[in-house]
Amino acid sequence: MTRKKRRMWILLLCGIGLGSATALTLTAFQDNLVFFRSPSDIMTAEPRPAPDRAFRLGGLVESGSVERQPAVAGQRPVVHFRVTDGAHAIPVVYAGVLPDLFREGQGVVTMGRLGPDGIFRASEVLARHDETYMPPEVADALKRAGHWNPAQGAPPPPATWNTLDPDRRPPAPAGRTGS
Amino acid sequence: MIAELGHFALALALILALAQTVLPLLGAEQRDARLMSSASPLAIGQTVAIAISFGCLMYAYVINDTTVLNVVQNSHSAKPMLYKITGTWGNHEGSLILWVLILALCGFAVAAFGRDLPSTLKARVIGILGLVSVGFLLFILKTSNPFDRMWPPPPDGQGLNPILQDIGLAMHPPLLYLGYVGYAVTFAFAIAALIEGRVDAAWGRWVRPWSLAAWAFLTLGIALGSWWAYYELGWGGYWFWDPVENASLLPWLIGTALLHSAIVVEKREALKTWTVLLAIIAFGMSLLGTFLVRSGVLNSVHAFANDPERGMFILALLMFYMGGAFLLFAWRAQVMAPTGIFAPISREGAIVLNNLLVCSITAVVFVGTLWPMFADALFGAKVSVGPPFFNMASFPLVVPLLLAMAAGPLMPWKRAQLWPVVQRLWAAAVIALLGFFAALLLTGHNVLPAVGFALAAWTIGAAVTDIADRTALFRTRLGNSWARAKGLPRAAWGAAIAHAGVGIVAAGIAGMGLAQERLIALAPGQSTEMAGYTWRLDGVRDHTGPNYTARKATISVLRDGEVLHVMEPSRRWFPIGRQHTTEVSIRTNLLYDLYAVIGEEEAATGKAVIRIHYNLLAPWLWIGSFIMALGGALSLADRRVRISAPNRKAALPQGAATT
Repeated sequence: MTRKKRRMWILLLCGIGLGSATALTLTAFQDNLVFFRSPSDIMTAEPRPAPDRAFRLGGLVESGSVERQPAVAGQRPVVHFRVTDGAHAIPVVYAGVLPDLFREGQGVVTMGRLGPDGIFRASEVLARHDETYMPPEVADALKRAGHWNPAQGAPPPPATWNTLDPDRRPPAPAGRTGS
Repeated sequence: MIAELGHFALALALILALAQTVLPLLGAEQRDARLMSSASPLAIGQTVAIAISFGCLMYAYVINDTTVLNVVQNSHSAKPMLYKITGTWGNHEGSLILWVLILALCGFAVAAFGRDLPSTLKARVIGILGLVSVGFLLFILKTSNPFDRMWPPPPDGQGLNPILQDIGLAMHPPLLYLGYVGYAVTFAFAIAALIEGRVDAAWGRWVRPWSLAAWAFLTLGIALGSWWAYYELGWGGYWFWDPVENASLLPWLIGTALLHSAIVVEKREALKTWTVLLAIIAFGMSLLGTFLVRSGVLNSVHAFANDPERGMFILALLMFYMGGAFLLFAWRAQVMAPTGIFAPISREGAIVLNNLLVCSITAVVFVGTLWPMFADALFGAKVSVGPPFFNMASFPLVVPLLLAMAAGPLMPWKRAQLWPVVQRLWAAAVIALLGFFAALLLTGHNVLPAVGFALAAWTIGAAVTDIADRTALFRTRLGNSWARAKGLPRAAWGAAIAHAGVGIVAAGIAGMGLAQERLIALAPGQSTEMAGYTWRLDGVRDHTGPNYTARKATISVLRDGEVLHVMEPSRRWFPIGRQHTTEVSIRTNLLYDLYAVIGEEEAATGKAVIRIHYNLLAPWLWIGSFIMALGGALSLADRRVRISAPNRKAALPQGAATT
């Protein structure tokens, strides 16, 4: 076999490999890309998100909104809460164990579908390892909902965002912590 | 005082690293033996300086020096001594010091064991390693100085994140870093080869052990991280296709490709430019992994609070090293003409196929991991890519990879026939088919796990066939085979064992596809049925640990009315970090794990939420990974590597004939 022919073979194989990888990626993308939406996105969107399409809903857990249904023996525990970005709030229902760092007034990302009744049925509540960590999408959603104006300077540290009272305007931006 | 000493040692290390970059590279360019010989002492000096700095930081942690900001943020006097020590690298700043320490140690190893290397190549490799070191030392000193003081000192520290107070996670970063940094060495070899314009068998012989060692450590590091997530987070899973997890998988995949193509360079002097490219990309992926983990650009379940400035700095480093390397590659790559020619159906051909498939998987994982970042930057769309994408896109690539992986080692170099190889694999094929139908029947027509089991049986069967073939098992007397087995190169054993390890992991993954889970609220005394067992909640009680309080459940697992296991999962409360953690209880018999977690309790009714899992073959995931790493280690102990003789051609024909 000549060098030229061998090179053709290798190029052909590379083409097949890359082509199939691309095809696989694109087909898998089509069904599995999950969009992130903030409560304001959902309330202002026309038409509202289809109930068969899963997406991620993120924001702050509204203070005082967490309500645990009395446990029924032999069934998954059910919990209700509201996710807010300051401007709008979406009621969420979740059957399962909440992650260790789930807390009222803190950032949360949930995944699920929006029912026709306007209640978001979460199949997953995403957990974190660190209570000062703010998911970037949530930070962005708060920014868009008017909780932080980029023109007014640097964002307040994430630790204070997490304890924001969603009903009030945020406190004046604190100085950056040294690290 | 000690902290200032550490800071000073770090700055000193930066100066030494600068000298280590400039002098040997200049010396190699001018063929100046004196300048080139400065490489080794400088590498040793840099190692000592960083080791002193690391020691100072560890000292600050051990005595709980609350005037050091880093200690205040990450430690507490009530923490057990073991976690004070491991806490040194349990945070961003300390882990970077560990990173550069390991990098310096690698430079030291090249200096110490590289006596047989051509002097210019050695000087250039150590110089490039110095350059990598410069970037990271600058990064530490500029953005992540662990020796920053805090005044007035608070009475005590804020404590380490409780879920990180674990022995598995204490070992996870050092192992992972040994892998990442190992690819810095192969990167340095690749750049040095590009500067020299020469890649030969001697180069391959040096790159292979480094890539092998890096790969073995990375395998262990990933497995340990996965194991930690499995037993510490209490979600019952082992891999979530999370960006931070993928960040460690990307260099592993490219490293796997590099490992195999380096063999071709060593044995056959072919695929040279390709191997150099892989070595560059492997390090690029390591840097990318560091960037993804440290910058927080992606939403990850494992993400910690982080600082965008640091992310930008690592991105700049990534662009500097990769940009420079690719420019050099574009300019110099055509110099390295291949000398070994091979047919498409041959051992080399099989390795090319392996590389192709592994790189395709890498591309898929890469796109899936980074797509949210691109989508945000390009279209302003907030999207995420979840496990279904990765499973769906990588599975069709993994199947041919495992199929071909079995045949590769059975093929001779240069030119092979497909049919004889297939014939030799008939036993493995029969076992795989039997496995497929048995799994299909036993699991109630669950096709995907059955395919997984078949592939696992096929891979393990082929590895056994390979060794049986080489030792002429059943074709000659047993004593004869034994003598042959002992005479077989360790690299051959290593390859077969590592491939079998992949098969075991595949079986574990297939088994986990059949895992069962139940989430249920139970009052004390109530029970539930799952996976043929009765799980009874006996009660929940208070428990106190050294720096936490806990609620501990007692769950009896019964079969036919007989208590088999008593499991005690607990939910801990760490007052210092104001954080809950979940302590899983696991009972294993190496075939399956019984796994129990306790969730919240309801004060009014006394009910507790428990989650129970039956995880089939879960232990095989870690056992298989360990066996893979073991195969790598065995291959490293091969005679060819130990004598590392670029000039001693005598060793070559024997090794080439038997492997």
